[in-house]
Amino acid sequence: MDYSEKVMDHFANPRNIGEISDADGVGTVGNPTCGDMTTVYIRVTDGRIADIKFKTFGCAAAIATASMTTELALGMTLDDALAMSRNDVADALDGLPAVKMHCSNLAADALHAAIEEYLAK
Amino acid sequence: MKRIYLDHAATTAVDREVVQAMLPYFTETYGNASSLHSFGRDAKNALDAGRQTVADALGAQANEIIFTSGGTESDNLALTGVGKGHIITSSIEHPAILNTCKYLTGLGCEVTYVPVDSEGMVDPGDVESAIIGDTTLISVMHANNEIGTIQPISEIGAIAKDHGILFHTDAVQSFGKTEIDVRNMNIDLLSVSSHKIYGPKGVGALYIRKGVKIKPLMHGGGHEMGMRASTENIPGIVGFAKAASLAVERFESDTRHLTGLKDMLIAGVMDSIDDVTLNGNPTERLPNNANLRFAFVEGESLLMHLDMKGIAVSTGSACSSASLDPSHVLLAIGIAPEDIHGSIRFTLGRGNTESEIKYVLEVLPEIVGKLRAMSPLAGR
Repeated sequence: MDYSEKVMDHFANPRNIGEISDADGVGTVGNPTCGDMTTVYIRVTDGRIADIKFKTFGCAAAIATASMTTELALGMTLDDALAMSRNDVADALDGLPAVKMHCSNLAADALHAAIEEYLAK
Repeated sequence: MKRIYLDHAATTAVDREVVQAMLPYFTETYGNASSLHSFGRDAKNALDAGRQTVADALGAQANEIIFTSGGTESDNLALTGVGKGHIITSSIEHPAILNTCKYLTGLGCEVTYVPVDSEGMVDPGDVESAIIGDTTLISVMHANNEIGTIQPISEIGAIAKDHGILFHTDAVQSFGKTEIDVRNMNIDLLSVSSHKIYGPKGVGALYIRKGVKIKPLMHGGGHEMGMRASTENIPGIVGFAKAASLAVERFESDTRHLTGLKDMLIAGVMDSIDDVTLNGNPTERLPNNANLRFAFVEGESLLMHLDMKGIAVSTGSACSSASLDPSHVLLAIGIAPEDIHGSIRFTLGRGNTESEIKYVLEVLPEIVGKLRAMSPLAGR
């Protein structure tokens, strides 16, 4: 598998791993049967993502995209975070192998689900 | 960084003695074995000697061995060469068998895939029950490439013989690691490969019991008794034969060495990591195979972490395959897809040492711990 250096860096040293116990929003996407699952926790202050953590069961691409998603989203307005696409995440990682592109959906979708849960409260 | 190769079921390094044996056949004894002059005769002598060596290693006669380009070609030649009407195989065969069966299905053959138990074992009774009027061939692998389970092929061979049906076995993984005697085991066709036994890539053989008529795949100059046209790969065949003779010579010491390291690895992992299961049969198993399932983590990320530590393994996880399908072998033994993703295959080789296994046992708990700490499945 041909992963970029950035993917390998985020896989080997993932940023923002963990949970937020009293999170303002939590989103989980994927399922273990398919081999990948990501949960994103956010804390929101003044319409911005003030803290973000994630947990991932999945391959190197799934872990790296989740890590990069949290890094990009930290400090963003909710609108900007909702507009973040799979391609934004893949681009920030200098690309993903074609067969792994679906992994980049997972983290962005989990982030969006966490924001939507917060907005629905 | 020190690198540790634990993926010998994928391929092996060529033994230095094998390389030495091959070298003269590139630059000095380079003749075409079909030529009548002395160059050709020298090549023919090497070919004949190689054929005898491989035959001896299998309990066969020299004129029952056809050299091929490897295990895949041997499997293709066996199945397309004799298979017609109805064929019986198992659900955990190598893709070289399964996809050839699929091809034959397209040509009008009917194929029955007998199931395996939770340890990957075929029940010979299931094979016998699957026999119908126009069954022509039974093909069940000797040992599985993923989980190492060794099938009761003598019994299956006896059933085939009783019913007058041909029996083929893919012995690519077992050759050199378990005893093979084609006569005692009632085998009509058997596939082997050189690069799994410290020989060069691109060469293998099909044993075809005397009297069994097969249809060739390659049409041309009538080489290999008319069953496989193409100028013989003399350096490859010499290397394969040398590797086979070393495998026979070192059989006992290899088996002892591999079994010791495999048992040390399995016990060490079980002792230091929770929620680990051995895939496959604990005793009827290749001496070099440890296929372990680590709950709550995904195999590709485990593999990549081990790779960063210089340790080479393989995984049944869907995420590591181009198709994104989980291992058909692990599915067939009844493992849930979420658990298949966490399966890692360690296959040991002649060159591995105790200190290498110790190193694996040092780094593995930390890697599994790190991945479990970030897994939303752990501790749920």
